Amino acid sequence: MAEKVGVYVCHCGSNIAGKVDVEQVAKWTGQHVKDVTVARDYKFMCSDLGQKLIEDDIKKEGLTRVVVAACSPHLHEKTFRRACSNGGLNPYLLEMTNIREHCSWVHSDRAAATEKAKSLVSAAAERVKWQQPLEPTYVDVNPATLVLGGGIAGLQATLELADAGHKVYLVERQPSIGGHMAQFDKTFPTLDCSACILTPKMSEAGQHENVTLLTYSELEEVTGSVGNFKVKVRQKARKVDYDKCTGCGVCVEKCPRKVLDSEFEAGMGTRKAIYVPFPQAVPRTPVLDTESCIWFERQRCGACRKLCPTDAIDFDQEDELLDLNVGNIILATGWKMFDCDQIPQYGYGRLANVFTSLELERMCNAAGPTAGKIVLRDGKTVPKRVAIIHCVGSRDIRHNAHCSAVCCMASLKFGHLLMEKLDAEVYSFYIDIRTNQKGYEEFYQRLLEEGMHFVRGKVSEVTDAARLPEEEGKLIVQCEDTLLGRQQRFPVDMAVLMGGMEPQTDARDVGLTCGISCSMAGFFTERHPKLDPVATMTDGIFVAGACQGAKDIPASVAQGAAAAARVQSMITRGKVMIEPIVATIDEENCSGCRICNNLCPFNAIDYDETRAVSHVITALCKGCGTCVSACPAQVITGAHFNNQQIFAEIEGVLWDAMQPTEATDASDTAEVSAS
Amino acid sequence: MKYAYYPGCSLESGSAAYDLSVRAVAEVLNIELEEIDDWNCCGATEYFTQDELVATSVIARNLALIRPDLRDVVAPCAACFLNLKKTDALMQDDPAMNAKINSALGAGGLHYDAGRVRVCHLLELLHTEVGEATLKEKMVQPLTGLRVAPYYGCQVVRPLGGLDNPEYPMKMDEMFKWLGADVVDYPVKAHCCGGHMTQISEDAAFELIRRLLQSAVDSKADLLLCMCPMCQLNLDAYQGRVNNFFNKDFQVPIIFFTQLLGVALGIDMQKLGFGKEIVGAEPIIQSRLAEQAAKANA
Amino acid sequence: MITETTEGHRSAFMREVMAETPGGEQLVHCLQCGSCGGSCPNGADMEFTPRAIFSMIAANRRHEVLASNTMWCCVSCYLCTTRCPQEIPITEIMYMLKRTSIAEGMATGTDAPALARTFTDLVEKHGRSFEFGLASRYYFFNKPMSLFKMGGMGFSMFTRGRIQLLPNKIRQVDQLQAIINKAKEIGGAS
Repeated sequence: MAEKVGVYVCHCGSNIAGKVDVEQVAKWTGQHVKDVTVARDYKFMCSDLGQKLIEDDIKKEGLTRVVVAACSPHLHEKTFRRACSNGGLNPYLLEMTNIREHCSWVHSDRAAATEKAKSLVSAAAERVKWQQPLEPTYVDVNPATLVLGGGIAGLQATLELADAGHKVYLVERQPSIGGHMAQFDKTFPTLDCSACILTPKMSEAGQHENVTLLTYSELEEVTGSVGNFKVKVRQKARKVDYDKCTGCGVCVEKCPRKVLDSEFEAGMGTRKAIYVPFPQAVPRTPVLDTESCIWFERQRCGACRKLCPTDAIDFDQEDELLDLNVGNIILATGWKMFDCDQIPQYGYGRLANVFTSLELERMCNAAGPTAGKIVLRDGKTVPKRVAIIHCVGSRDIRHNAHCSAVCCMASLKFGHLLMEKLDAEVYSFYIDIRTNQKGYEEFYQRLLEEGMHFVRGKVSEVTDAARLPEEEGKLIVQCEDTLLGRQQRFPVDMAVLMGGMEPQTDARDVGLTCGISCSMAGFFTERHPKLDPVATMTDGIFVAGACQGAKDIPASVAQGAAAAARVQSMITRGKVMIEPIVATIDEENCSGCRICNNLCPFNAIDYDETRAVSHVITALCKGCGTCVSACPAQVITGAHFNNQQIFAEIEGVLWDAMQPTEATDASDTAEVSAS
Repeated sequence: MKYAYYPGCSLESGSAAYDLSVRAVAEVLNIELEEIDDWNCCGATEYFTQDELVATSVIARNLALIRPDLRDVVAPCAACFLNLKKTDALMQDDPAMNAKINSALGAGGLHYDAGRVRVCHLLELLHTEVGEATLKEKMVQPLTGLRVAPYYGCQVVRPLGGLDNPEYPMKMDEMFKWLGADVVDYPVKAHCCGGHMTQISEDAAFELIRRLLQSAVDSKADLLLCMCPMCQLNLDAYQGRVNNFFNKDFQVPIIFFTQLLGVALGIDMQKLGFGKEIVGAEPIIQSRLAEQAAKANA
Repeated sequence: MITETTEGHRSAFMREVMAETPGGEQLVHCLQCGSCGGSCPNGADMEFTPRAIFSMIAANRRHEVLASNTMWCCVSCYLCTTRCPQEIPITEIMYMLKRTSIAEGMATGTDAPALARTFTDLVEKHGRSFEFGLASRYYFFNKPMSLFKMGGMGFSMFTRGRIQLLPNKIRQVDQLQAIINKAKEIGGAS
């Protein structure tokens, strides 16, 4: 029976029509492609009226298949499937072809782009005739959620969900939740104390009945799919029994081994071998660092174990692997600071009084290693002149091409604190000052009033090679003052490097584990940069905070809340549709070779020992097609992507190389004739 | 190990000490250097200010003259090294230039296949290819007690040269640490010596030379080690005039790093070209080594 | 990379600089950050820093750029190129400006072209450069007064055997000259 195909070519305003003659494409399709009964072009197919066209034609013309040539199916496949349903047609009898991203946006020659669009439409029309009606299945959504990362974005997401009554597993790599924000002193532009606004959220998360806190833990494996993920988490051995420990702190106090704290104190302070990273840490349970512990070095000491009143120290404790079942996952893995010693001309690590912004944060903090005193590396000299150097490892294609977004405001904050606390002369060396959020420009104005010096120029070098008497014993910051057009040298006591925000070193691995991709810079890729900023291309995996791109606290909090809202809507819906685009194995003809078993990236193929055949677990299958192409006996079929459909599509795209359509019946030939 | 050798014009006259010491050191380390037959001047930076194609064609003639069985060429001079490297890279990356250069070479009956030879710097050869173990094994006279300031100059370590960290190179530092010397860390070791500015704008050049000498003196270096003829010339021959100009009294011996390496390998100082430098280096080297011998005997 | 459609939006001089400098297309990415001008060992002597020059190139101020002393302060130390956060081949652009300035007779107020000319004339004649010949000729014709200042230094060099009075000549000077003449005949940069 001949199908009746309706073809709809979208102008997308001028997005497509600007480079493709859409009217000609529609007209040509109607005249030249077999079985096409309706071919129209329309300004915006995704509009209500555009959808109505499809519905009406199905009803009036009795269409049995629909092709929409428009944008990416990622954007509007759902829209047009719904239109088909509304018209009474099975939604899987729709085929979308992308003549925008794949055609008009990437070509400049209008005639050639039009020809290409014809080929794409022809391919879709040939293919759609072989598509079969499919019925989606629905599975229940597990209402529990995994949040990876206990910084401010992850905390916000956790509390939003927990307060709404849903179970959350909050997994954090460090011994305490809190993230970078716990290290900061003041927050811009309001200068409120970072700890004062953060710690209530930390303790709330720590005590919440719906939150299971898994600190000092890392994600190992994710399987399953939206609604039903199975997650393996490695809880690293703290060597302290979480349940027995009361957080009294005797072990920490009595531990004789002091080591440099390169994590929380950014190398500015020390900690013990058994430690709680900071006073407000959540949980209060200490962690024993076996790398520096005397017991693990030479089986001596053991002071902590001897003195613990609740017998909570357990030197034999081992890593534990936890299996969690969750419906959704929020990644809030945060950022790391650019390694400033990668720019040797700034002297970090070589010149004592060159500091990183994180080091200065710790010094500003009253609970920090200097009790809030800002001093030079000698521990006592108060700097009188301070240089703040912007864009260290940011806006630099040899390191990070992106703008780190927070450093300008953080520099202004430091300028304020240095002037307020030390009455120092503060010089900010900037390329552009970027203060584009609420209240930020006002803060810049405030610093202009306070007398911070602004020099427009990227610093060329920081050196101790004095040329003039007044430079002796100082750090000299050399740059071009680009507004004067002159090379200048500024003798200062302290230089602060505003290290850029980078993705975590292992962000790509985490992305791989969760099946999501990263940008060139290594930040997680969101589903849509404007309209879907916290979802990813993998259903059920969301991102929030600086792991998605450099951003400040307000933006991280907003994303944390947004991701939680997205998860809540999934939970409330209760069921998630599983696409019927899955593989099926013809068990009659399966030889039981098991090649497909190991290839399946979703572990969706089971092997039946007794019958010696493989079969697909439909709920887990993502329809990727790997097994279909790998099966040596060719007994696996991918629904919606079977051979007939693919070959018809190829013939369609090669319409101009084929015999005239009336002479060729796609049903009895799969070869492409070379004309 | 066998390498094509491109000494360059400076090593024939003004920097003969470099040539002498390179050849002497190579012999002890069993490195065979075969001088390119009938090589011509690389043009330094002077052709590039006039005509890029002439500049690169003149350089490419030397590459084309390298015997087909040799895969590597060593050029001790910074300008020669960079010019050979830059031209080979340009010919590899830019097919149009490659064709033009080969067309010019064709007028002289020559041809060069871009990338056929690897342009290798002497420091890379000694530091990385000969390496720590061999240098230590062949060392006869440790340089203990001698405070040396390795000076890398500019072009060789910049990204085009690709020899070392462009801002803070370490290979010469490492090499002389292996040989027992006291290597001083001073901030201007990869800054410019003034290049040809000594001939164009003396005031500008003298200031650059002063900065380098001052930094070496501040770090209490006994001597400064160069790897480029231009650097050696500017810092050594112009030192007296810099002293007059700034009313200073610098007396910093400036030698080629291969000369001091030769000392460590036990080669006679005369064979290494000592005595050609204006500010004499022998007295301080002799006295430091004597101090060391006295300490060893005590 | 620049594409056909944006190229039309550059000033004529900017297109010229980009076309005649290897890697010159990177110039469109200049942030005007000044790390070049801040790094240059001779930056203090420049009328315009390299950054300012790039701005002037974009504004098509060709004459001012070619008449400036900026590129003549450049000693090709590549520090600016190393530090440029946008990987602009600044040293190569300076070479291009030097070439253009000489070719159009705008390189006045600097001895660099004379030095370059004297140097390459010697190379073309002998196949090797020749420090004594270069110095004596260059100073005699361009800075006769400097010869007196140079005298003492020259003497020290001479007594240490560092000055050769006669040039070395390569065997196949005619081959080198044929190559040079052919290159001049083909002409032009990349």
